Amino acid sequence: MIQPIVFVVVTIAAFGLAFVQYRRIRRNVLLGQDEAIGGPKSRRWRNMLLVAFGQKKMFKNWIPAIFHLFIYVAFLLTQIELIEILVDGVTGHHRIFAEPLGGFYTFLISFIEILSLLAFVATLVFLARRNLLKVPRFHKPEMKGWPFTDANLILYGEILLIIGIFSMNGADKVLQSLGAEGYHPTGDFAVSSWLGPALFGGLETGTLMVIERFGWWLHVLVVYAFLNYLPISKHLHILLAFPNTWFARLTPRGQMKNMPEIQKEVAAMMNPEAAASSTEPQEETMPLFGAGDVFHLSWRELLAAYTCTECGRCTAECPANITGKKLSPRKIMMDVRDRLEEVSKNIDSKDPKCFPENPQTPLPNRLGYDDGKSLFDYISREEIHACTTCNACVEACPVLINPLDIILQLRRYEILVESSGPSDWLPLFNSLENSQSAWAMSSPRDAWNQ
Amino acid sequence: MNRIPTMAELAAEGRQPEVLFWVGCAGSFDDRAQRVTRAFAELLQNAGVDFAILGQEESCTGDPARRAGNEFLFQMLAQQNVAVLNMYGVKKIVTACPHCFNTLKNEYPVLGGNYEVVHHTQFLLQLLKEGRLKVEGGSFRGKKITYHDSCYLGRVNGEYEAPRALLEALDADLVEMKRCRTKGLCCGAGGAQMWKEDEPGDKRINVERAEEALETGAAVVASNCPFCLTMISDGVKAKDKQDEVLVYDLAELILNSK
Ligand code: SF4
Ligand code: SF4
Repeated sequence: MIQPIVFVVVTIAAFGLAFVQYRRIRRNVLLGQDEAIGGPKSRRWRNMLLVAFGQKKMFKNWIPAIFHLFIYVAFLLTQIELIEILVDGVTGHHRIFAEPLGGFYTFLISFIEILSLLAFVATLVFLARRNLLKVPRFHKPEMKGWPFTDANLILYGEILLIIGIFSMNGADKVLQSLGAEGYHPTGDFAVSSWLGPALFGGLETGTLMVIERFGWWLHVLVVYAFLNYLPISKHLHILLAFPNTWFARLTPRGQMKNMPEIQKEVAAMMNPEAAASSTEPQEETMPLFGAGDVFHLSWRELLAAYTCTECGRCTAECPANITGKKLSPRKIMMDVRDRLEEVSKNIDSKDPKCFPENPQTPLPNRLGYDDGKSLFDYISREEIHACTTCNACVEACPVLINPLDIILQLRRYEILVESSGPSDWLPLFNSLENSQSAWAMSSPRDAWNQ
Repeated sequence: MNRIPTMAELAAEGRQPEVLFWVGCAGSFDDRAQRVTRAFAELLQNAGVDFAILGQEESCTGDPARRAGNEFLFQMLAQQNVAVLNMYGVKKIVTACPHCFNTLKNEYPVLGGNYEVVHHTQFLLQLLKEGRLKVEGGSFRGKKITYHDSCYLGRVNGEYEAPRALLEALDADLVEMKRCRTKGLCCGAGGAQMWKEDEPGDKRINVERAEEALETGAAVVASNCPFCLTMISDGVKAKDKQDEVLVYDLAELILNSK
């Protein structure tokens, strides 16, 4: 009787804690600016099914894609087993679906077992790849410390989960063959029907029961720990890859977000009469000129920051990074997330220092939040200036993140709000303003046409 | 190349050409890119295309200003261009610069400028298919040529095939670089980098790309962008290979194939 009670308490605690954490993430994402979601639904479905569910972009590189797929599918299917675990846990039954499902149950569990075995191999390969092989993208400066530990932790967790599954099923198979009471036959599972006897054959019934329970609880606890670990980990992508690919921008890649306020102002400058007679009401709120902090990015970009898998495929393709510049598109995404987490902590602690009566920030945010810091405390000028807008990072990202959009908004903030930026650009701007061409030349534009 | 009429001249005669050739800042002012402009114009004239330029009424599209973050400047240039283009009732534009191509095609519609915009490699391929343009291929037959995908034609606008089809028409032996098509490495000029010094690093991007091009053993590097042309030429020079390996725009290759 004690087991179901413990189970219910642990389950409620795990889900309750998770609820609080995911609600916080939702709130943080919504700190961003509103952005309308345009484009046909059919293309969104396509993106989500192909890129998130089908992992299409992973398959640009087959070997990691296959191993990643093993872990991913095993993880998805293990959650089917979790349904039984939940029912068993609450009711105190043992494998409640075994009898009603019959042969199908055997098939299902066998399938999960085979995938778990493949996932086990994949996990070992990934551990070796991260820690022994020096794949450069895993050892960039932004991966030092927590991000590196984070990547390994999940792999250890996966191993624990698989140990749990096989101890549970293996011990069960041996108990069944001994005819122990309560362990009804389930048919032969693909892996544990030979692995079980090999590992646990000859043990006493009592010991076997302990092993079976140990495996069962290990399985449950790892899954619950996982659920609560995701919000602080890059592995949040398991969940967020779906909304992130669904909400990905569908406008042409080469189209930067238009700034209607500036468009209107310039139009008025160029045609003062038309503007004076216009009956359009003047905008009251202060317009956004680029982004200096997380509040100025769109919620979509904040969602992307939480979705980033920190895989570094973007950085590995970035021409600036390849040639030794400090810019790394992955770091841009990680910095946005870190800054957002900092803001989130301050908001939660209601730190009065962060809510001054008269905020200093030149750009609006709904909360009146101002801690005297900005995204530029995380991302240096040197980084954003090095970008060639080549879109290699955008092309590379397996979950449709666009680090370039964020870089360009930071550049806008620098030029439009701070009036700073690389001094090398001043002659360019001057010449564009005075002679409408990128170089100041004494000869006319069509001198070549003689 | 014969002198090309301007839109204003044609309008004075009450005529409208089939297509507007958008020259761009590099094509107008940069010595090297001017040669590409003339080569392309000559091809158009040979093919009997009815075209004109804006001449002194053309301004920068605003691409470098916008990507540097200077939206005011971009809007000023872009709105001025849209006004001029709409005044002449322009329907179709061809340009030899992928940055102009991208801005005209993707960023002007929101500002009220809707045109059919094609890149010169696409236009040349079209002329070839229609039989208006002949490629003899003599001088490049079997020659090893490698092709550099510009970011704004390739990755940004998804055109990888038209330039390659032109090389095929030259009967050249196309050897791909390690990083090509969607993975093509940038030349380092985009995003207004052309106008500033590099940030501190180990190497210049154009040198990295030039090294990759040299690795293929090709005698010619084909490009589709005036900025790539400059960058890769400089990279090849930095490796002291400018006498063995030549960097050309596709329009020049086609014109010189006879
Ligand atoms: S767009 Fe910028 S950040 Fe992205 S890969 Fe190119 S240079 Fe790097
Ligand atoms: S932005 Fe995309 S490609 Fe870059 S690290 Fe994050 S998930 Fe990977």
